[in-house]
Amino acid sequence: MKRRQFNKLVTGLAAGVCLSALSTLSAQAADPLKVGFVYVGPIGDHGWSYQHDQGRKSVEAEFGDKVQTTYVENVAEGADAQRVIYNLAKTGHNLIFTTSFGFMNPTLKVAKQFPNVVFEHATGYKMAKNLGTYISKTFEGRYVAGYVASQVTRSNKIGYIASFPIPEVIRDINAVQLALNKYNPAAELKVIWVNSWFDPGKEADAANAMMDQGVDVILQHTDSPAAMQAAERRGIYAVGQASDMSSFGPNAHLLSVVDEWGPHYIRTVKAVMDGTWEAKANVEGMKEGSIVIPGFNESIPADVVAHAKELIAGIKDGSVYPFAGPIKNQAGELVVAEGERLNYEDLEKMNWYVEGITSEIPK
Amino acid sequence: MIKLEPRGERSATMAYLSPVLAALLTMLTGLLLFTLLNVDPVEALITILYVPISDTHGIAELCVKTAPILLCAIGLSVVFKAKIWNIGAEGQLLMGGLFGSYIALQLIEAEGFWVLPIVLIAGILGGMFWAGIAAILKVRFHTNEILTTIMMNYIALNILLWAVHGPLKDPEGFNFPESALFGDSALLPVLIEGTRVHFGMALALLAVVAVWVLMSRSFYGFQIKVMGMDAGAARLSGFKEKRLTYFALLLSGGLAGLAGVGEVTGPIGQLIPQISPGYGYAAIIVAFLGRLHPLGILLASLLMALLYMGGEMAQISLGLPLALTGLFQGMLLFYLLACDVLISFRIRLNPRKVKTSAPLTPLASETRG
Repeated sequence: MKRRQFNKLVTGLAAGVCLSALSTLSAQAADPLKVGFVYVGPIGDHGWSYQHDQGRKSVEAEFGDKVQTTYVENVAEGADAQRVIYNLAKTGHNLIFTTSFGFMNPTLKVAKQFPNVVFEHATGYKMAKNLGTYISKTFEGRYVAGYVASQVTRSNKIGYIASFPIPEVIRDINAVQLALNKYNPAAELKVIWVNSWFDPGKEADAANAMMDQGVDVILQHTDSPAAMQAAERRGIYAVGQASDMSSFGPNAHLLSVVDEWGPHYIRTVKAVMDGTWEAKANVEGMKEGSIVIPGFNESIPADVVAHAKELIAGIKDGSVYPFAGPIKNQAGELVVAEGERLNYEDLEKMNWYVEGITSEIPK
Repeated sequence: MIKLEPRGERSATMAYLSPVLAALLTMLTGLLLFTLLNVDPVEALITILYVPISDTHGIAELCVKTAPILLCAIGLSVVFKAKIWNIGAEGQLLMGGLFGSYIALQLIEAEGFWVLPIVLIAGILGGMFWAGIAAILKVRFHTNEILTTIMMNYIALNILLWAVHGPLKDPEGFNFPESALFGDSALLPVLIEGTRVHFGMALALLAVVAVWVLMSRSFYGFQIKVMGMDAGAARLSGFKEKRLTYFALLLSGGLAGLAGVGEVTGPIGQLIPQISPGYGYAAIIVAFLGRLHPLGILLASLLMALLYMGGEMAQISLGLPLALTGLFQGMLLFYLLACDVLISFRIRLNPRKVKTSAPLTPLASETRG
């Protein structure tokens, strides 16, 4: 082949590629919607990323060949994240979910470069015209767990393994304390900060330290089943987090507060297909099916289970709200008056403990 | 019965060819692997090795990914030549990122050309400080630097985590563990408009040239090499072993520190808990893959960066698992070591009787097995 011919061929090819790119844009409706997911952990973590991947699978099950999903796992929250998100957008993904807080600034940067792609970032607070956020109201499940814990504890000492002192974690601790204040004011909540979302070693250490202090129910806002396993060994109760952890401690497992991301993902995909998607902060809980308590330990007394189910029904229809007044802070000052509620805008920035918690928030 | 028998002389040509051979063998095994996974092997190799760098943006990203690995590895080549085993590039990188971020946050409102150099120097000093501790421990107390540098990696990581969860946390960031975004004056300038490739890559290339000159043209470099080959001879020639040890460790620490500050002031733009996904460790592989030679290290770090990016692309385009990237890196190292063994040794099946004329003790036969 002569060089000129070759050049022609190359230009032709390039033009062809451009044309086909254009035609994919115009024929978007007929082609499957490409949905990308960026995970911070491996999908085998049986916690946070695993649950998001379950959500991705339910999108595939719901829409069949109308969607095509892609995921990239174990993406570091540093310089790599932006490239992964960029490459997903560049390879024709129309909707991209970034599922960890550390992806916030990279997602925002890529969203500005691809105004026609829809982005949704989990658990963050920055938005743009084509970037929305989503988070689950885990505090609803935590409140129910707090109630059950208050009823089954014998030592009146309840442990809480916390990750980082961000509002999401602080408000969940508060939700548990509010349940204790209401149903068993004698119970004491002990909080240990492990400064990690996923560190089985540290989580097990924290669980053992608390059990040594007489704690007989452990709650956690970290993702590994280590505390559940430790509780099983020592014959006490624990509450699962993010995924159903019953298999890790058949006797210890009181209940799990499970994040179901599927309903939100399905709604979002549908909105993007219908052209009705808009950037907003999606805060979803039990009512939307995003927070689920799949089952209760058989050893929990029947009346406790019955009331827990009433609480769940109440949260769904709005008659029960964990952050309804009166609520006092640690100093005993009334922050939310009787008849008032803390709405989500307040909870989003919550950086104070409610009355009854004896420790301080780490600074 | 297989026996490894030393060859009389190592072939110099083969020593340079073995990385190429290792790369080829990795490709061949890769082809086999993809076929077994029911993926079109040619398409898979193109996706992993070509698609990530098929346009300007991709090449820019390759540079972004290469810069920190290259800076760490080029520094390591100097210490490794001196047979000082600094495994702490990761910690030195993190300290560089931390020191640089501290200064950048103090100067967040400042504007002017002088901000960036101060931030970069702070990062270099951070890396040097961390390597300097290991150097003092080695020179004064004769501690094993492999142990101290590894352990100091964990200390550095925890200091960084403490800082980003504590004093350097963004006051307006709702307690999330990350610092405020740096001011524009503290950010490395972008080299190609619209991409992320930043001045850090230029600094890395500069470091490659500087180390090349140092090691092959300067008396200092000569002394370092002699010290590595025969410490006794170096001592007899009056080379100052302690001073050379300090020099080599501080140099590699400073370059790793520059890599760290380059990440926070380059593609990231703020201090976060995950500055490095293990660049300091990858750099050890790269340094040996590149035969401790500046040009070899440049090529090896580009290859390593490409493998990372190819692994991402394989997940995006082919739905292949992430474990594949690890497998590729592992194979590359395995084949390199295997080739190296075969350069220095030859395999003998059925070793001649002459060699074992002495009566066999059970122990000897076991070692042969």
